[in-house]
Amino acid sequence: MHRHGFGIYPSLFYDLPRLANTMLNYSLKQLSTLLAAKKISSVELTGEFLGRIKVLNPNYNAFITVDEKMSFAQAHVADAMIASGQAHPLTGIPIAQKDIFCTKGWLTTCGSKMLSNFISPYDASVIERFNAAGAVNIGKTNMDEFAMGSSNETSFYGPVKNPWDITAVPGGSSGGSACAVAARMAPAATGTDTGGSIRQPAALCGVSGIKPTYGLVSRYGMIAFASSLDQGGPIAKSAEDLALMLNVMVGFDTRDSTSLQRETEDYARNLAKPLQGLRIGLPKEYFVEGMSADVARAVEAAIVEYRGLGAEMVEVSLPNTKLSIPVYYVLAPAEASSNLSRFDGARYGYRAPEYTNLNDMYQKSRAQGFGAEVKRRILIGTYVLSHGYYDAYYIQAQKLRRLIAQDFAEAFAQCDIIMGPTTPTVAFDLGEKNSNPVQMYLSDTYTIATNLAGLPGMSIPVGFGDNNRPVGLHIVGNYFAEAQMLNVAHQYQQVTDWHIRMPHKLTA
Amino acid sequence: MSLSLDDIKRVANLACIEVSEAEAIAMMAQLSGIFGLIEQMQAVDTSTIEPMSHAQDVVQRLRDDAVTESDQRELFQSIAPKTEAGLYLVPKVIE
Repeated sequence: MHRHGFGIYPSLFYDLPRLANTMLNYSLKQLSTLLAAKKISSVELTGEFLGRIKVLNPNYNAFITVDEKMSFAQAHVADAMIASGQAHPLTGIPIAQKDIFCTKGWLTTCGSKMLSNFISPYDASVIERFNAAGAVNIGKTNMDEFAMGSSNETSFYGPVKNPWDITAVPGGSSGGSACAVAARMAPAATGTDTGGSIRQPAALCGVSGIKPTYGLVSRYGMIAFASSLDQGGPIAKSAEDLALMLNVMVGFDTRDSTSLQRETEDYARNLAKPLQGLRIGLPKEYFVEGMSADVARAVEAAIVEYRGLGAEMVEVSLPNTKLSIPVYYVLAPAEASSNLSRFDGARYGYRAPEYTNLNDMYQKSRAQGFGAEVKRRILIGTYVLSHGYYDAYYIQAQKLRRLIAQDFAEAFAQCDIIMGPTTPTVAFDLGEKNSNPVQMYLSDTYTIATNLAGLPGMSIPVGFGDNNRPVGLHIVGNYFAEAQMLNVAHQYQQVTDWHIRMPHKLTA
Repeated sequence: MSLSLDDIKRVANLACIEVSEAEAIAMMAQLSGIFGLIEQMQAVDTSTIEPMSHAQDVVQRLRDDAVTESDQRELFQSIAPKTEAGLYLVPKVIE
């Protein structure tokens, strides 16, 4: 029965050091080719990744739910699609789904006690699109509760660990997805990004991730945090893989009122373009303060690499960068306080075991069902929206949001793409910042502005900093410039190998 | 800016979240720190700037007033905390 590559090594997936150059590092295209050539079946591929999850997940906690029966059922469907010649590029490939995407018949918790009993009765648009493509759901990944966090420590299901260093955070909120890809428990995963939740964990775990232009990926069935900022996107090993994932995820959806109606595009179409003459904007504000020396070294080395590829550097200015965090911590909590008012213990989700009347049921269900960070943000949001404060906070933040977006518009008049660090430091230690919300919030300094402006942003691995922890390069494009950004990232990944390095000392 | 204990309790009540005295005191310190950050916004004169809510300045789409969803009451109620005879049960609100 071992007619595929795995058969040579019966314990291949558990023999960690030997795996560096084997199938674990295969791109989605390579896996797809193996599946199409019937060198391996989807059932076998799914089984191998499930086996790896079984060994590694107890230590890394990247998955909240794994359901072998459901995954194998999808793998059988995929094998039938392949056999009948109806395969799509992702047919039969296991994909880890962030537990924020409602998945019919699967526990969908959003990392919260509030939804710890929620078996979703429907599929999110993103899940529908992966199902239609014949992809296999390999499990639901851990995350900060309701995506509110930058370290994955606010999850009701406990923190995820960083595969490069088990004492470090993986970043958040899509920490489980980034960890799963970095530890090769899944070839690719989905994430969502409200203030950096795809890019920051991708950076801290040494993998690639992209947050598309706001409105490209449907938010239907993606549990809402801050609706004007939330955007789904993929996390994978390489820019090429991200392109294939975007080809599935992006598309107009009438069920999301902010979904954008545009021509379908192939995000892989520009990957091979040379970068000769590309103008890369380096915001001077990003390089003067906050960035630690080890991150600066890796980012500067990447810039040197880009010069070698024919790009030219232009200094640009984003003068309102500093305002991003205060603006974000008004807008996001305000929208969250409204979105999360739906969790009342009446029709689904957690209900307190004891209560005296209806109001007490609401009060206790929400007090017990939400964790500390979620409560903090609901209270901030309720405060800034309350009578007498609305103009001073919410409207003021929306006005500053326009200034921040205008900064980018002016910068893009002088350059094609903007680069900088994804995060000010490499991954911090577990427990280091979780008692200080303000310090935690500052770790999203570089990523938040792109959400406020609605621009696409991505992170790719460009080396290692202190304690051998990964460094991410932040690439920001103009609206709808995803194909160009992927091209810029792909060309770098053709001349470097950071993206295929994997942690060797995984704790199994 | 610092918030008072009464502010915290008032906002928690508006948000329908029960907080103990100890929780409210802890929240007061944390929220005051966060508002310290937020106050940086007030230094900018924005009197001539229009608020921005969506990056693309899109218009709200309308659709035909047609039925698009089928009845799935049993499926939806299978995950409800308490139901009876097809109804969601909550504590009595009218005597």
